[in-house]
Amino acid sequence: MDKLPLALYIIPSIIMFCCGVYGFITRKNLIAILISLELMLNAVDINFVVFNRFLFPGQLEGMMFTLFAIAIAAAETGLAIAIIVNLFRWAGNIDIRDLNKMKF
Amino acid sequence: MEIISIFILCIPLFMFLLLGLTGMKMSHKLAGWLGCLGMGTVLVLSYWTALSYFFGDFYTAEGTRATLVLWNVDWLQFTQNLVIRLGFMLDPISAMMLIVIPTISFMVHLYSMGYMEGEKGFQRYFAFLSLFSFSMLGLVVATNIFQMYIFWELVGASSYLLIGFFYKLPSAVSASKKAFIVTRFADLGFLLGILILSYCTQTFDFIDITSAAVANYEGGVASYTGPFSGILTSFSGMTFLGASTLTWALVLIFMGGMGKSAMLPLHIWLPDAMEGPTPVSALIHAATMVVAGVYLVARLFPLYLLEMSAMNIITIVGCITAFYAAVVACTQIDIKRVLAFSTISQIAFMVTALGVARPEIHEGLGFMASMFHLFTHAMFKALLFLGAGALIHAVHSNNYTAMHGLRRYMPVAHITFLIGCLAIAGIPPFSGFFSKDEILSAAFENHWFWGAWLMMVAGLTAFYMFRLYYMIFWWKEHDCSHHTPHDAPAVMNIPLIFLAAVSCVAGFIPFGHFVTWNGANYDIHLVPWVAISSVCVAVLAILLATKMYIKENPVPDRLADKFHGLWTAAYHRFYWDEIYMWITHKVIFQGVCRPIAWFDRHIIDGTMDGFAKVAQWSSLQIRGLQSGNVQFYVWIYLVGALALGTIAWLCLL
Amino acid sequence: MESVGSIVMYGIIVAAIIIFSILTVTTRRILRAATYLLFTLFATAGLYFKLDYEFLGAVQIAVYAGGIVVLVVFAILLTTKPGDASVQLSSRRRIFGGAASLLALAALGYAVVSRAGFWSTLRGPFEEGFTMNHLGEVLLGTEKFGYLLPFEAVSVLLLACIIGGVVIARKR
Repeated sequence: MDKLPLALYIIPSIIMFCCGVYGFITRKNLIAILISLELMLNAVDINFVVFNRFLFPGQLEGMMFTLFAIAIAAAETGLAIAIIVNLFRWAGNIDIRDLNKMKF
Repeated sequence: MEIISIFILCIPLFMFLLLGLTGMKMSHKLAGWLGCLGMGTVLVLSYWTALSYFFGDFYTAEGTRATLVLWNVDWLQFTQNLVIRLGFMLDPISAMMLIVIPTISFMVHLYSMGYMEGEKGFQRYFAFLSLFSFSMLGLVVATNIFQMYIFWELVGASSYLLIGFFYKLPSAVSASKKAFIVTRFADLGFLLGILILSYCTQTFDFIDITSAAVANYEGGVASYTGPFSGILTSFSGMTFLGASTLTWALVLIFMGGMGKSAMLPLHIWLPDAMEGPTPVSALIHAATMVVAGVYLVARLFPLYLLEMSAMNIITIVGCITAFYAAVVACTQIDIKRVLAFSTISQIAFMVTALGVARPEIHEGLGFMASMFHLFTHAMFKALLFLGAGALIHAVHSNNYTAMHGLRRYMPVAHITFLIGCLAIAGIPPFSGFFSKDEILSAAFENHWFWGAWLMMVAGLTAFYMFRLYYMIFWWKEHDCSHHTPHDAPAVMNIPLIFLAAVSCVAGFIPFGHFVTWNGANYDIHLVPWVAISSVCVAVLAILLATKMYIKENPVPDRLADKFHGLWTAAYHRFYWDEIYMWITHKVIFQGVCRPIAWFDRHIIDGTMDGFAKVAQWSSLQIRGLQSGNVQFYVWIYLVGALALGTIAWLCLL
Repeated sequence: MESVGSIVMYGIIVAAIIIFSILTVTTRRILRAATYLLFTLFATAGLYFKLDYEFLGAVQIAVYAGGIVVLVVFAILLTTKPGDASVQLSSRRRIFGGAASLLALAALGYAVVSRAGFWSTLRGPFEEGFTMNHLGEVLLGTEKFGYLLPFEAVSVLLLACIIGGVVIARKR
């Protein structure tokens, strides 16, 4: 049983989250953006688990949330990839800068 | 009696729906006979009802005629007090109207079979006639003032529909609109009056209101402790602009009556309403609808007795209108216009009679005389209109310059028209003499001035009616080689003959036994000097008319030249229409509506447009932010979140 | 006292998480990014194991690493033309993105470090009786702290995603 403080588990998750944000803002490939999204999601999952473990070790709320978040992430990824494939078929590439049809 | 009374209202309504909805599929003949059949049934039923009321044993303990409420159902109940009921009330005046309306209506139905033959929309015409009969019957049997108002508006609507029956004629359309708008404007006053009255009395019911008023009038306010004693005391002490609330309520209600009965200054619609088919003029604009105002005042008569100022207003309005209409009628060329102005004048007689009625001087003779005149006038004025219709039918023109010398070709029309003229002029033994004589004696007993004034107007009446008569039937006839006028078919002549017969004998009805203001018996007795002088005036006027108009001569033109200003003014109806046009167009439209419209368009709309412009401009400026680039949005979101966090942190610091 | 092995384990896991996260978003080749993501996810699973959430770690590996990353790799293969080198990122983009995420990192890091509560240590082991049986009962329980309703909702969501995926990606 180690005695590492809570913050040491949170900081990697924060770094992971900020990497996800950076990737989301800078990458051009839709799939790369999706990967960045997964990173951010994962960082949040870590937070859930860590807080649950440290603050309420007798209960399972955080873990359950993580479980459902994983399930929903799977669903979301599947759908997003379907859309991306369809977009690729329609536009020929998946560069996000070419997909600005939602402009004013 | 209850069931029959329901049928009296339902049959015309049913005929309206039947003819209105399925009339297009019917032949003209079938629709006409169906209408006549329906109205004939109503005629029989309402005669039965009215006669069994008059001759049955319906008396109160004091020996006066009782007021029966055959049925009275709650129609709309808003609160405990505010209940609108529909019912059927039978009292002397409504029973009298139950005789007048179906009679005239049936005659007009029959007459229209001939008059309207071959017109487009024949079935529609009969449907509207049925609608009108229904509304008018509902109006007279109303048990409460709100029911009366409902049917009052229905009558106005059917009048509008019938005036505009020839809706392809622009003049008919504008006349119908004029009639509707003017009467509607007057009904605004009526509605306000109803609201004031019912607010203060907490009831709509005629019986509640009038019985309290009768008791108050006879015994003084303090002594009455009947079931409705609280109703009128709520008025005491309330004043507005120097007049008591009750006066305001009564005058406003009378304003509605002025609109429907074409009293000055709301009379302008009635002459124009003659654009409708002539039988309609006979039914609506001579005999029934236009007396609704008189009926309304008669219905609330005990209430008016409490307010002498309201009575004086009624008297003055009636007198001025009677004189004005009679003068204008002397100069008109259109036969129907003459009759219209004569109608206005005669209704003004009735109104004046109500206004001068005082139970303490002559047992409410004025009320009885007014109702009597209403009855006889309905008969002979319908006769005159139907006769005029026959003439118009024969020569296809409204101007009697086109009609001279018709007595040789149209004997039936000639004789019946002559009877009508004699009746309205007040020559014994025709009906008009008796009723007009009662009005004159009532006026004289109130004040000699009213009597003298009305007698002068009666002389004018005789004069212009015989001017009309001579110019139509006597002058040298036109060259009629291409088209000889001839008498109308039997279906049109029968109503003429019937109404002429009624006009001959109606004066001998002992009317005072049937209709008085409080239901008590009253024996009509002619006041000899009034009767003799009124006959003398009438005969003198007729002689004058004979001298001037029996054949074409230059005297009338010379007189017209001599009093050029007066004649022109009268010919243009004293410029009332022009005054209205000036007021509505110049004052209201130009002076009031234009600035308001400008304000609305430039200030209010401008403000709104300004908001829209600002929003549009700013959205154009910032639309570059919406680049369609999702990553940019996320960046903005992140920066915003950071900024918010910073602010929160700074605040917490 | 902490065991040295535990601290070394922690160091390895955290180093893997940080390094592979950064590599994921900075590498220019998309397939490599997916691979680094896979490593990050594995490291996360390691963290879960370290916190005694064995079941969660297993799920993380099975669903994330086994399922999602494979899906992503398939998608990459489907949407990338052969010999398609990814282009250099524009520097302006990188500067803005980097600045914003560094700012965020600083803010969050400050928030974590400055709070004394974050320096509390583990309060104790799991209570007795925490078994897979217990987990199953919680997952399908209807009483308090039961998760049957979200479980069913997620199952419906997954079904909807299957249908949606089929409909969207179908060839017309």
